[in-house]
Amino acid sequence: MTMANERASTATGNRLKLVLAWGFVGIPLAWGVIQTLVNAIKAFQ
Amino acid sequence: MAFAFLNRSRTVAPPGYSRWLIPPAALCVHLCIGQAYAFSVFNLPMTKLIGISQSAPDDWKLTELGWIFSIAIFFLGASAAVFGRWVEEGGPRRAMFTSALCWAGGFFVSAIGVYLHSLWIVYLGYGVLGGIGLGLGYISPVSTLIRWFPDRPGMATGMAIMGFGGGAFIASPLSVWLMGQFSTPTHIGVAETFAVMGLIYLCFMMVGAAIVRLPPPGWSPAGFVMPRESRLVTTRNVFVYEALKTPQFWLIWWVLCLNVTAGIGVLGQASAMSQEMFRGHITAIAASGFVGLFSLFNMLGRFFWSSSSDYLGRKNTYFVFFALGTILYALVPHSGEIGSVALFVFCYAVIFSMYGGGFATVPAYLRDIFGTRYVGAIHGLLLTAWSMAGIFGPVLVNYIREYNITHGVAPAQAYNITMYVMAVLLVIGFICNAFIKAVHPRHYLEEQPRTVGEAGAATAPAGE
Repeated sequence: MTMANERASTATGNRLKLVLAWGFVGIPLAWGVIQTLVNAIKAFQ
Repeated sequence: MAFAFLNRSRTVAPPGYSRWLIPPAALCVHLCIGQAYAFSVFNLPMTKLIGISQSAPDDWKLTELGWIFSIAIFFLGASAAVFGRWVEEGGPRRAMFTSALCWAGGFFVSAIGVYLHSLWIVYLGYGVLGGIGLGLGYISPVSTLIRWFPDRPGMATGMAIMGFGGGAFIASPLSVWLMGQFSTPTHIGVAETFAVMGLIYLCFMMVGAAIVRLPPPGWSPAGFVMPRESRLVTTRNVFVYEALKTPQFWLIWWVLCLNVTAGIGVLGQASAMSQEMFRGHITAIAASGFVGLFSLFNMLGRFFWSSSSDYLGRKNTYFVFFALGTILYALVPHSGEIGSVALFVFCYAVIFSMYGGGFATVPAYLRDIFGTRYVGAIHGLLLTAWSMAGIFGPVLVNYIREYNITHGVAPAQAYNITMYVMAVLLVIGFICNAFIKAVHPRHYLEEQPRTVGEAGAATAPAGE
């Protein structure tokens, strides 16, 4: 494996880890925020 | 050694490790411990564990249940202060791992307490054990984030502390849904909900502990040049207990305490205040919608203000909190007089954003004044200001209101006086902030041994 290939595979691995890590925390947080907003909108109706 | 993977040396990032993996690791912990803000959803169900449809004589009272949260907040401050140095020296993974065990353990013990209907076990579980988990978890990622983001420390810590504000958004609907699943006509599923939440939080926090890493020795972000020492940003370090001997520590302590006292004081009154100030215009349901909206501003303010502080400077950011806060607190009574709900909501939204911003900006302020090396431990000591404000704020607000009402002041006007008193507290905070200067050189550490990722070390390329 050349240095360039190695670097590219590290970058791809990093990108995947970043998507997984941010999705792991971002999805529940987004769900919670949406629930709160939906409840707030219901309260104003 | 069975727990060798927790060692600080085993936590150092390999080459190419992306520093953007550290904020999600911190969020894994902060989103879980942020559940504390949503604990009140259990209060009412826990007053009907025996009576089911209504409270029975042997059921727990709301006043007794209120102590659970108070004990947890007390132990948050106490454990952050006592274990701050241990967290700093043991590394973030050990601290996050221990925090996860304490926090989840608190839920499991509380589940047993609810099952056996013993309030003391719940106090011990959620209050003491959970409170220690709160304190350790709150400070565990702070210094790690600052080391990975020497160019944007405010933004980095703001992201984690935003998670603490956001945890309630997840916990509140999740708790209600779980209780709905476990409840039957003859049973309220609080114990089962505690057990399941403990398990979820344990897994979630362990993921954070697994992915957190310290930067390698001498690491700094690509292209980053350490700015020259300025008047209020040091490149040197103050030892954790030496910081206690400086006036700067106590001035920042009061800055945080006063900002939180003012915010926490009106936080609990937002719903009642809006209904009484706009009688006939705002219903109880609409008021609860406002509270949800204000919580959102509390969360977003943590990220917005701490990120802004990287450009504005920490001292200036607190000047904004105190100056703008004073104006807005004084404007709230006026919004009632002119009947402007929009002005009321605007004032409150900004006030709550600055309340959250105060929490999120303070770690970077400490780093500027005392250096990076012991910032986590010093932050732990500073959190006693939060515990104190948690007592001061509600007591002050309730006392002022009670005093005014017993002296014939109308309920809506009693709130006005409270807001003016809070504005005065912010003026005092402004003065404390104005007195903050650089630490006297005698307080700095003489020897400056290199620690991992410490600012000022030689640059080594690594992933962004």
